[in-house]
Amino acid sequence: MSDLLQFIFSGLTNGSIYALIALGFCVVNNTMGILNFIQVDFVTLGGMLMFTAVLSLSLPMIPGLLLAVVGVALVAMLVERFGLRPARSDNHLILVFITIGLSIILRGVIKLIWGKNRMAVPPLTPDHPVEIMGASVLPQALWILLLTLVAIALLSWFFYRTSLGLSMRAVASNPTAAAVVGIPAGRIRLTSYAIAGALGGLAGVLMTPITTLNYDVGVLLGLKGFAAAILGGFGSFPGAVIGGVILGLLESLSAGYLSSAYKDVVAFVVLLLVLFVRPKGLLGK
Amino acid sequence: MLQIDKVSKHFGGLPALSQVSFEVTEGQVTALIGPNGAGKSTLINCITGILEPGAGRIAFRRQELTGLKPHQISRLGIARTFQNLKIFPRLSVLDNVLTGLTGKGGGSLLMAMLRLPYLRHRERQLKLLALNALDRFALTDKADWPAGILAYGDKKRLELARACVSEPYLLLLDEPVAGLNAEETADIAEQLRILRSAGHTMLLVEHDMELVMTIADQVVVLDSGRCIATGTPDDIRRNPLVLEAYLGSMEATA
Amino acid sequence: MTGKEKLLYFLYLHRTGLTVTVLSLALLLYPLYQSNPYTLGLSNLIAINVIVVLGLALFIGFAGQISLGHATFFGMGAYGSAITTVTFGLPPWPAMVLVATLVGLFAWIIGVPILRLSGHYLAMATLGMNFVFHTVLLQWDQVTGGPSGFAGIPLLTLGSFAFDDEVRLHYLLWGFALLFLLLCLNLVRSGVGRGLAALAGEETAAAALGVNTQVAKLKVFILSAVLAAIAGSLFAHTYSYISPDSFDIFVATDFVIMVVIGGMGSVWGVLFGTGTITLLPEWVDFFETYKDFVHGGILVLVLIFLPQGLVAGLVDMVRVRMVLRRQKYASDR
Repeated sequence: MSDLLQFIFSGLTNGSIYALIALGFCVVNNTMGILNFIQVDFVTLGGMLMFTAVLSLSLPMIPGLLLAVVGVALVAMLVERFGLRPARSDNHLILVFITIGLSIILRGVIKLIWGKNRMAVPPLTPDHPVEIMGASVLPQALWILLLTLVAIALLSWFFYRTSLGLSMRAVASNPTAAAVVGIPAGRIRLTSYAIAGALGGLAGVLMTPITTLNYDVGVLLGLKGFAAAILGGFGSFPGAVIGGVILGLLESLSAGYLSSAYKDVVAFVVLLLVLFVRPKGLLGK
Repeated sequence: MLQIDKVSKHFGGLPALSQVSFEVTEGQVTALIGPNGAGKSTLINCITGILEPGAGRIAFRRQELTGLKPHQISRLGIARTFQNLKIFPRLSVLDNVLTGLTGKGGGSLLMAMLRLPYLRHRERQLKLLALNALDRFALTDKADWPAGILAYGDKKRLELARACVSEPYLLLLDEPVAGLNAEETADIAEQLRILRSAGHTMLLVEHDMELVMTIADQVVVLDSGRCIATGTPDDIRRNPLVLEAYLGSMEATA
Repeated sequence: MTGKEKLLYFLYLHRTGLTVTVLSLALLLYPLYQSNPYTLGLSNLIAINVIVVLGLALFIGFAGQISLGHATFFGMGAYGSAITTVTFGLPPWPAMVLVATLVGLFAWIIGVPILRLSGHYLAMATLGMNFVFHTVLLQWDQVTGGPSGFAGIPLLTLGSFAFDDEVRLHYLLWGFALLFLLLCLNLVRSGVGRGLAALAGEETAAAALGVNTQVAKLKVFILSAVLAAIAGSLFAHTYSYISPDSFDIFVATDFVIMVVIGGMGSVWGVLFGTGTITLLPEWVDFFETYKDFVHGGILVLVLIFLPQGLVAGLVDMVRVRMVLRRQKYASDR
């Protein structure tokens, strides 16, 4: 029983991270209609900036976290403005290719600045496991759950209460209508990248204390986040959250009860199964 | 030759076509007219299999078309042109016309890779057909140009050549003279007359009334998804319903 | 026509055949001029990559989809050959055919549902597939040898003639590469190839011209998988040792970059793209550090300025220039 609870907790923790990354994928997909491969490096970058903020600049945890998230959002905007926009192409094949290229470049930059070694990022609060109903839970896991909820709340507020957010949803549902009412496309693209970057960065900041940090840690996390987005129905925000949680649970339960050797494979088996059986995902239109 | 029988199509509750029925007779030119949004493109898309009609049936040479894929319908002998040009800009003009013969080129990937003598022979025959078509549409001297750099009028003719080259039973022409100047329009009209006298059956969607009235044997008028009149050009000219629905709205927008 | 014009016309008419002949002769004579095993080894690696990239270029160029998983098919070929020959003791040649067939079947099974998807899910799905494959190679060590790799794969032989040194391998590998190059050239020049080119340009128009778009995409996908599998088998028999790292997602990305440099759907471009990316580490000293910048930078810059890919884009530009100049010349006269 306490085993099960333990697995559920770790599933929820990982699931929250996948949900954050999946949301990042969805935001860019909804406004630009493309699969943004750079999302995976936003995750890595979040962890790296946190590492630097806390250990090199000796900032306290919360300012460090904010700095890292804002930093990734800024980088994401730069990437969109100077990497993606010059293409002036509306051919999705080419845009997706370009995000692949930019992702490789960004990974190169990260490798150059922070090196190839594995690093340890300190958790937000010291690692004294808390007992909850017989399961021992790291405080970091609680932070992850809490901050993911905060991020989702902020995101909903943005998309349902602010005019920019509402126009971004308009773009998602009908690009031509959005152009007619005169919503500047450039600002929307920039904002969606900033949001995607912030979400990815937050995921990186929160997760790397658990996984350890190196220059391609985001690739695997990002791919799982994408699997979560597909599972929930690509483009659907509630779907991304639900997909992330389900994926996290499936992963930790299968690692706990079946075999941990293939733990990382679960996400992709789920991804391929969803694509075969129900490509629009659980909540897709 | 083509029977359209009570075809209806809805988009999210909005009717785009309701109970449209008419027939395209072999050897004749049937023109489909109507104001913008009348459902002409929807109907063409239903005939060519891009859209599935919600109700009703479409039959071509006594074969049911509903449920067939676009490529199957094309292989039955229905060729079309597109309202907003769909030529292949990177292929040469000649190759563009040759794509119109895809159905006759043999479909086996393996055979194509081996390039057996019979295929080479067939390829030469197809090339002759294509060159003939280019000749008819006065594009021979541009045969090896990439199609993307042709002038607009040439592109329109190229698309027509591509549709005609396979000698289809039925030609669907979606606004063949849209965007052309008077001279180019006269040129295309002449081509269409030649095609008609050669016995081609055509379904023509067009806004250019002069062209429609001089070339069509039968005119079908659509308005808001309904078929409001069918008859010879003279009948249509005198039909009060048409005058009200179509010509009236034309004047209002003019 | 004057004699010169006749000659030019002859050259133009038979340009493909002549280029293939010249290339074959050059490759035939190459070992006489270059006997350094290291250099030959490099050009042999290019030949193997060419086979993979040929199929991938046709797939990306014609189906308009990105596959980031072709290292899977490549690896399936390599491990398939290794396992069937070493573990099950099959002779290499039949094993190669068997493995290629099985990989083709596998591609068919996953291709049917996957190619029905719109958008670029395929890119991620194939990336996921490659990831799963790589993990299986690492974890299932009783069969694959795990991280330490699979050794002792037999050499290819013809009778008593073994392909055991670089010169012999040069003829074997480039023989295969040229064969597949020729087959692919035939394909793009055929009616089927034009149908595929139409598909790449405009899917609705292609369907209206009678191209069965779903089946066409599937066929090219299977073709590309089979070519990658054969290349994998050759790879295994050439080096007698394989390890999972040759088939990870970064290798798959490199294949895609080779395609982009050569150009979408361009058969000749494949030679250039593959050659460039395979040789880059040899030419550029600081390459190891800046590899990512070079690869990513190439991808981004080429696509921003020549969306059709480097070689194909340049060829298109030259074609347009030539036509415009001829037209100007004609109107001046």
